[in-house]
Amino acid sequence: MEFFRNPNIQFLKYKWYFLAFSLVFSLAGLISMGVRKHNTGEWVPLGVEFRGGTVVYVKFTHPPDNNAIRSAIDKSGLHNARIQRFGEAKNNEVLIALDIKETSEQALDQGKNQIIGALEPVTPAAGKKDLNNASALDVSEFLMSKDPLHAGTDAAQRYAALAQQITSFRDKDSGGVLSSVNDVSRGGIAAEVVGSLNDGFYVSDFAVRNVEIVGPQVGQQLQTQAKLAILYSLLGMLVYLWFRFELIYGVAAVVACFHDTLITVGAFSLLNIEISLTVVAAVLTLVGYSMNDTIVVFDRIRENVKLLRRESLAEIVDRSINQTLSRTVLTSGLTFLTVLSLFLFGGEVLHGFSLALVIGIVIGTYSSIFIASPMLVAYQDWRLRKARQPAQVAVASGRRDREKVRAKG
Amino acid sequence: MLAFLIGIIGIPKGLNGQSLIASIQDRIHLGLDLKGGTHLILQVRVNEAVNSDSDRAIETLKEQMRAKNIAYADVAKPDPVNNSDRVLIKGVPPESAADLRSVVQDRLSDYDLSSGPENSWVLAMKPQTLKDIKTRAVAQAIETIRNRIDQLGVSEPVIEEHGLGQYQILVQLPGVDDPARVKQIMQSTAMLEIRQAVDGPFPTEQAALQAHNGILPPDTVLLPEGPLMKRRAGNTQDTGDQFYIVSRTAAVSGRDLRDAQMTRDENNRPAVGFTLTAEGGRRFAQFTGAHVNDKLAVVLDHKVQQVATIQEQIHDQGRITGSFSEEESKDLSMVLRSGALPAGITYLQESTVGPSLGADSIRHGVLAAVIGMLAVMVFMLVYYRGAGINADLALILNLIILLGFLGFSGATLTLPGIAGVILTVGMGVDSNVLIFERIREELRNGKTAPSAVEQGFGRAWVTIVDTHVTTIVSAFILFIFGTGPVKGFAVTLTFGLLANLFTAVFVSRVIFDAHVNNLKRGDALSI
Repeated sequence: MEFFRNPNIQFLKYKWYFLAFSLVFSLAGLISMGVRKHNTGEWVPLGVEFRGGTVVYVKFTHPPDNNAIRSAIDKSGLHNARIQRFGEAKNNEVLIALDIKETSEQALDQGKNQIIGALEPVTPAAGKKDLNNASALDVSEFLMSKDPLHAGTDAAQRYAALAQQITSFRDKDSGGVLSSVNDVSRGGIAAEVVGSLNDGFYVSDFAVRNVEIVGPQVGQQLQTQAKLAILYSLLGMLVYLWFRFELIYGVAAVVACFHDTLITVGAFSLLNIEISLTVVAAVLTLVGYSMNDTIVVFDRIRENVKLLRRESLAEIVDRSINQTLSRTVLTSGLTFLTVLSLFLFGGEVLHGFSLALVIGIVIGTYSSIFIASPMLVAYQDWRLRKARQPAQVAVASGRRDREKVRAKG
Repeated sequence: MLAFLIGIIGIPKGLNGQSLIASIQDRIHLGLDLKGGTHLILQVRVNEAVNSDSDRAIETLKEQMRAKNIAYADVAKPDPVNNSDRVLIKGVPPESAADLRSVVQDRLSDYDLSSGPENSWVLAMKPQTLKDIKTRAVAQAIETIRNRIDQLGVSEPVIEEHGLGQYQILVQLPGVDDPARVKQIMQSTAMLEIRQAVDGPFPTEQAALQAHNGILPPDTVLLPEGPLMKRRAGNTQDTGDQFYIVSRTAAVSGRDLRDAQMTRDENNRPAVGFTLTAEGGRRFAQFTGAHVNDKLAVVLDHKVQQVATIQEQIHDQGRITGSFSEEESKDLSMVLRSGALPAGITYLQESTVGPSLGADSIRHGVLAAVIGMLAVMVFMLVYYRGAGINADLALILNLIILLGFLGFSGATLTLPGIAGVILTVGMGVDSNVLIFERIREELRNGKTAPSAVEQGFGRAWVTIVDTHVTTIVSAFILFIFGTGPVKGFAVTLTFGLLANLFTAVFVSRVIFDAHVNNLKRGDALSI
């Protein structure tokens, strides 16, 4: 099977259309960044790790009522909390986010405790603990004090193991929440133990699955690190390409990558999806990927410059893109397939990450053909006009390569 | 020839068999985001340690100036928050300047003295000392936290310095989903006590009781010896702890301790010097004055670390002597210091992943990886027919090598790490597609199968190296700047790319060569 057999598309002829297309998308992202007020008035919607704040992921036994949660949390004095569904509706999961501007540990803990406190029923059964949110340590201590199995000398180990069994039944087999204390008997827990648990525990209708608390100081630090990481990695590639090709190739590739990053971040701003640490990782990956695509085309241009010395650079570029088109479409298509599977099946936690890759792969492939390559030609035209010299000098491959070709010819 | 080549390919396949995969899976460390657990980043308030050192310098200075009859109006820190290492001395008459200088030179060698306006002087900590104090504060905090965490019995905790020169500590506790308790335990400092040693050592608890007719003397308790004593006694085999009878109450505790350092005794043998706070010093003087020639025990976390005889009354500065080596005295001073946190800690970040979320993430991540990979493999078979088998074999081998790498190096597999695996699959396919498209091109240009394969691999190789190097550059930068999960992503991606260089180029080539050598004249290459 073969999709492309000797394609001959004149890509450069349409470069103005594509440039316009890129401009529209870049501007849309930029305008969105400038105009929209994301969570705390930042340019882009930053995740809690960059912004500082508290996020609590809660899973309910029944479909959650966001209004009820909001009123409960408002009542506890946390008025700026953000409440949104997390993942598929059938998972009954909600994330509750709170911005924090203080760094003291009391302030950090307070938000979380207040959120959890707000969700607890008004009158928890007297002196009882919530089995849905108890740690294995809580459970084992309680069992130790009750000693329902009349365990002898090895009581500590036995109850610790039992507590582990109970909490892991809750977490792994019951999806994190129990609907009643008696549920644990389905996990093979002895009736005496279940009876005893009923004395000390009740079950609330929710479980805290994940808590993230980030002080603003760390957030600032991570923001700086993320920006530096992206800049340094572009710089690193520029240096490598300069070394392998010529400076203009490096510049063209880096401009294309920057264009991809801008459009991807712009898309996150447009869709108002938070940029987390993993999204930054995805953006860096896409920088690498887009570079990949660009290099494949550039490699071919370099090769053809050596072989076809009579043709103009514009012709060579077009021919090179056509020669690598089959590979470009296949690879991008297949990578897109894997990333799409990550996007569709990877779960909510990876959602932002895979979205960045899905957008990035399309844009990265596009930019290597329609942004990076035309830049080479534009640069050469500019050099020619400036120098008013015949077309022979200009952008070629490395000088040594040219020397070799000349010697051969 | 064919058998030989298949033999080569067969060897890695045999080695990476079912049993090996199973054992590798056991050895792959899962990150906190997959396993569940608590992740904390702490800031050590190093300025507090600096402050307490400059406080001591002020006391020494005042004391010495009084002793040397140097008049002064005031000695104070003008800015204890931002410049806790600077002390301003006001109103020193010009004729006393030389005396002041010699005091600083003799007694405060860690400080520089410079003159300011109107008979004032500035005493500033030397930059190196400042840095040392801060670094030591972090090291001590790590040591203290480690001691506390050990009591929790967490397996494979990570407690290490974090951030570049930010004086931060990273604490990762797999499987612990109760950060409040962890914090409580981490902050229970002052577990260091100096008590009176009444009797001992005894080889067993029974022996200690027997020596006192079955009842401990009033107001005493029986404590085992700590690891430091054991080591000093040369008791390296596990012959059981020795026991001491010590007083129930402590003369002074870690809260009274200000600092402990390795020093030397009169005979220039290594010793441990310690400094107490004013209040602690007063109590200690009372205790040592009343118990000259008695023994005292240094108790850390309810274990006896050192027993020494009180030779004279000790005020706020004491010295523990004994026949220890330099190394041991350093250790003991470290242990003493770690009994009290030198500087407070602030929590910067806390993240707790419940085990159920981790399990969900693994399920989703693995499902996505399998679906993505299967889709790619099926496509390769359909599109490249015979050569597709090559690509699929290379992909599988790539994955196996990657898992092997992870298991072998003890690197951590995180959720973004799984994504890194998926991306590696993408890159692996890319290399194969590059090669295959090139071979097809050469065949179209009328080359024979062997030379098309030769040319295809040769030309694609350059491109593959370029693409891999650039991606590794970005992974490397990610590794430097990233934390936790992102680092895991960088590691898997790098390993995956290295494995890919091998499988896509070398292994695939070997299979091709075997196939090409087996072709009869006129047979077409299945690609």
